[in-house]
Amino acid sequence: MIVLLGVVVVILGFVTRRNPVLVVGVAGIVTGLLGKMSPREVLAAFGQSFADSRSVTVFAIVLPVIGLLERYGLREQARNLIGRLGKLSAGRFLTVYLLVRQVTAAFGLNSIGGPAQTVRPLVAPMAEAAAERTAGARLPDRLREKVRSYSASSDTVGLFFGEDCFLAIGSILLITGFVNSTYQQHIEPIELALWAIPLAVCAFFIHGARLLLLDKQLEREMAAAAAENDLPLPKGADK
Amino acid sequence: MIKVEWLYWLVGLVFVVMAVQMAADRTNPKRWTSAAFWGLLGVTFPYGTGVVNASKGTGGWTLPAEPLGVAVLALIVLAGFNFLGKGVPVTTTGEQREASATRLGSKIFIPALTIPVVAIVCAAVLDDSGLFQEGQATLLGLGVGCVAALVVGMLVTGEKKISVPLHSGRSMLEAMGSALLLPQLLAVLGSIFALAGVGTQVGDIMNSVLPENSKYLAVIAYCVGMYLFTVIMGNAFAAFPVMTAAIGWPILVEQMNGNAPAILAIGMLAGFCGTLCTPMAANFNIVPATLLELKDQYGPIKAQIPTALALLVCCTVIMAVFAF
Repeated sequence: MIVLLGVVVVILGFVTRRNPVLVVGVAGIVTGLLGKMSPREVLAAFGQSFADSRSVTVFAIVLPVIGLLERYGLREQARNLIGRLGKLSAGRFLTVYLLVRQVTAAFGLNSIGGPAQTVRPLVAPMAEAAAERTAGARLPDRLREKVRSYSASSDTVGLFFGEDCFLAIGSILLITGFVNSTYQQHIEPIELALWAIPLAVCAFFIHGARLLLLDKQLEREMAAAAAENDLPLPKGADK
Repeated sequence: MIKVEWLYWLVGLVFVVMAVQMAADRTNPKRWTSAAFWGLLGVTFPYGTGVVNASKGTGGWTLPAEPLGVAVLALIVLAGFNFLGKGVPVTTTGEQREASATRLGSKIFIPALTIPVVAIVCAAVLDDSGLFQEGQATLLGLGVGCVAALVVGMLVTGEKKISVPLHSGRSMLEAMGSALLLPQLLAVLGSIFALAGVGTQVGDIMNSVLPENSKYLAVIAYCVGMYLFTVIMGNAFAAFPVMTAAIGWPILVEQMNGNAPAILAIGMLAGFCGTLCTPMAANFNIVPATLLELKDQYGPIKAQIPTALALLVCCTVIMAVFAF
């Protein structure tokens, strides 16, 4: 029973936001010693399992290629392409962005999007502008927050449920590295990545549907806000 | 025949070359300790060949595992006590990148797409050709894909110096810091948990709680367990070894003969559903709120929770239906 303290160390460490690398190291040593291993055996266990799971860190060799392409404007070109979607409604625009983010992440390009790279400079402002164009009025602060929150969500959902379709992503390699070395298996990354595809499809339909509903919700709440404040209808709304 | 160890040597070499670049980078306030970290990590790759040879008896040179364990603890100390620093990135200006994006257009995506295309071709077509070590075609395909993409990338961009991609890659390495090593360390932790019997302990508890042979309850326990553990810890990678050693492997795969790749891949994604819902995963959920200057820092999480819960149901159902 006492070896479960190692799990407690992991939970406490992550909950109290200690350095994750340190948490893992301490939890490994504590668990090994509580599991009646000698210090020498603990060291051997660290060394052996580190050697067995080297495949997990292999994805680092992608970095020089991506670094080279970013230097030559990979992100800028991605932005140019997304910028062409300017005529869609807010919900439709975010749905297309969700798809783009999923597909590019599935091809291993998970760093071309992100909160700092695309959401703040591009996705959120475009979604807000689209919502205001559709409504023909300025968004109240509460709805502006909502559009921004959904912009961030389409980026994050797209990344999470796209990247696992790529072979060389930390999570897939963590699974094969851990299982192959611990249970003497020969699972290949591609077998795992295939199972991520049905969930990527589910994620697109579920989150995409919610993004499309956002359009309806904005329309309803804009109408309610206009009635409540007895604001004059924006120009052109009666046509 | 191309062996997977060759790929590990290449990865190790890339880390060592980048470590040398770091040591020479005077803009990095912690250049010596940074170089020590990445250089040591690079050396563990060829050293690991000897450790694996010794444990598997596959021939070739053999080396003891204990010194590698000491090296791993040294890496943990260097990363855990903040000895890693960043230099000023060697890159182009925003205007230069804009100009180059206009010049190259969407051709810039070709090298990036080369990586997965080559990797998939190797895994699907060349697996039985005898060209690659058996059972390693995907990983080797990735290595071949990266080398091919680098050549294509230099042709497309017209870059002639090999030091340029290495410098750009090093800047990305410095930006990621110890986060790059975390998945491998969590795999190590999972193995130590298994060796020390953590999985069997949690498994015994689960066995006493779950009714005998109830496949559906076990699937729910694994998926919801991954979800809740990830919500608490903010990291699906950390939840994975624990839940897999406890339920995923002993109960779902061994006891109930489930399809291992399906169970493990979907289990990880159930954890991702948890990541979407937790403020503990600050870099994904809180940082965007700050960047977007939201008054409600939980705005993105609120937008994600219904999707995440629906997807958790999808994970559970797909696993229950297709993994057995």
